[in-house]
Amino acid sequence: MTYSKPQLFILIALRLFAGWHFLFEGFIKFLTPGWTAQGYLMSAQGPFAPFFQWLGNDSLIGISDTLTALALSAAGLALILGIWEKAGAYIGMAMLAFFYLAHPSWPGIPAAGPAEGNYFIVNKNLVELAALGVLAYFPTGHLWGLSVFFNPQADNAAQSTVHHG
Amino acid sequence: MDKQQEQKGASHSRRKALKGLIGLPFIGGIAAGAYIEVRKKQQEKEQILRELNIEAERPEIASDMSGEPIRIGIVGNGGRGQHLVRVLGFATSAWLQAMQEQSNTGALEAYFSQENLNVKLTGVCDVFDINAELAQSASPDCKRYRHYEELINSPDIDAVVIATPDHWHAPVAIAALQAGKHVYVEKPMTHKIAETYVLREAARSSKAIFQVGHQHRQTQSFITAQDIIRKRVLGHVSLVQANTNRNSDNGAWQYHIHEKASPQTINWDLFLGNAPRIPFNKEHFFRWRKWWAYGSGLSGDLMTHDYDRVNCILDMGMPRFVTASGGIYTHRDGRDVPDVFQAVMEYPDFTTGSSREAGLEKGMTFVYSATLGNQHWRETLLMGHDGTLELGSQLRVHADPNSTRYRHLIESSVMDPSVPIYAYDPASGNADGVTSATSKYFAQKGLLWTYRGGKRVDSAMLHLREWLGAIRNGTPVSCGIDEGFEEAMSAHMAGLSWKLGRRVEWDGTAEQIIAQPGEDLDAVLVAPGHAIAGMMG
Repeated sequence: MTYSKPQLFILIALRLFAGWHFLFEGFIKFLTPGWTAQGYLMSAQGPFAPFFQWLGNDSLIGISDTLTALALSAAGLALILGIWEKAGAYIGMAMLAFFYLAHPSWPGIPAAGPAEGNYFIVNKNLVELAALGVLAYFPTGHLWGLSVFFNPQADNAAQSTVHHG
Repeated sequence: MDKQQEQKGASHSRRKALKGLIGLPFIGGIAAGAYIEVRKKQQEKEQILRELNIEAERPEIASDMSGEPIRIGIVGNGGRGQHLVRVLGFATSAWLQAMQEQSNTGALEAYFSQENLNVKLTGVCDVFDINAELAQSASPDCKRYRHYEELINSPDIDAVVIATPDHWHAPVAIAALQAGKHVYVEKPMTHKIAETYVLREAARSSKAIFQVGHQHRQTQSFITAQDIIRKRVLGHVSLVQANTNRNSDNGAWQYHIHEKASPQTINWDLFLGNAPRIPFNKEHFFRWRKWWAYGSGLSGDLMTHDYDRVNCILDMGMPRFVTASGGIYTHRDGRDVPDVFQAVMEYPDFTTGSSREAGLEKGMTFVYSATLGNQHWRETLLMGHDGTLELGSQLRVHADPNSTRYRHLIESSVMDPSVPIYAYDPASGNADGVTSATSKYFAQKGLLWTYRGGKRVDSAMLHLREWLGAIRNGTPVSCGIDEGFEEAMSAHMAGLSWKLGRRVEWDGTAEQIIAQPGEDLDAVLVAPGHAIAGMMG
């Protein structure tokens, strides 16, 4: 796939920003002693609440916590490094779908916590989810990212973007 | 040409490496950022916890329950009595069935997993046949006694649990103590002033163990709160507020009237006891809390909970002055106890310690405010110069923005007065300095940690266990006769103030409520509330 220079620039910026967001969230969870998603899961709202409360029960919460931090970090690493970015984007989308469905911003469902804005059905989780969908289908890691080393046409492809820009 | 190509190749490799490794510096930045962020929060939290030095839990005095079973008689097996008997290990089949029908698995699980207290329920005395039969259905050893004197003097009874209407608390407790039987009596400890002294004397001169049923003394958060006061975390507490907000028929003591109630199934004369003689009246029997003749209104029924909650933390004892007001504004159904009630108690000589110059701070007011016509939640607050304690099953402490003790920590932004500096949830056993907005939010909702930690235990069971431990091993009780005396007398002062329409004073040296010449305070206390001019709405 070839991109114009502005296209490439904005896609790489999006990839790095989303990766940054995920990786920081993942690291913070690994580093904070006693961090747990239990409060978030047990307070889940909407039709999927029983599922999230099940994930938050005492016997499962350890696994849920570890998987959450691991998935966020993995998605963040893949996006930032520019390798296996499609898998990373899918993992990130799955996590965002969970976050969205645990506390959906639907009319009649109270917000999970103090929000900095006003949301009706669409919230920032959903927007970021769509953004990750873009990254999954418009990869840039083979041009700027670790995938460069596994991409024999990297030079040509990169050249071509510049020339046809 | 070759050299040029070589240079071009090298430059290509460099560009390739640059493009390939673009993410690495970001990862370094993120890792460093996360580490610094978490460390800063941890250091702030540790600094706060070090400064506060609160012991979240103290080792429990685990009294051994082995040995011969203690044989217990229940006097008054109504709603509360049945609860106490159940936590002693004797649920009725009717209750078990009702819980199953309601799918209340939590209650059933809690019942079946509760500790065996090694007691026998060997006697019941209740003036209503159905209640007496319920106790017998829960325990095969349970014999019915028609009069409490028979139960107390029976050689098959070691200890008595009293859950009668208020006007029977003291007479039964005094008789039991005089017969050498251990006593667990529900709150309020007494219904009148004179009997409070008699009961105190009976408890002091008896070797039997006496406990008043303020089970919240077992609640871990209150034990933690005692340490918060001991460590002077709040500074000088000048104002305490506690509240009751209820808005239901049950909350206003409109209890169910049993369909089998009749002069044939209820010993009406024995129920009346020292109350004025009136003809058989089902409503008075089942809803006795609505009349001063048997109950003690919001002051004795509910304020005593809050008074003792605060007294177990602050140990402030008797108030010097009590002023009360209120009226019958939400349930004008023939009751004569107020349903909206405020009492203000003054402790001019009390202090929890001061962080300011000597002599500046002394004295405290306790405000109790209640309505049975609105259930908006209002926190119990202990307000000090250095901090505010929100007290419930959980605890939260906020630093005061103008605190002297925490000034340096607030100025250096380590403490944020808008966020709790200490939060404790006994369900988790975790102490935590809450620092983030979401943590604060979940802590307020009671969701954080609530599902962690050990199994739920009924605090009344722990309170009874403490009493049984004292009987068996001589370990201390937390709500003995002195605490009960303070609770009962404070409630009587509040009730009197409401009825007399004036400030009531306690003479600490003579240990009595000051009466005007010719005034019979006990007569005022039990007289119908209708006597209060203008308060009936």
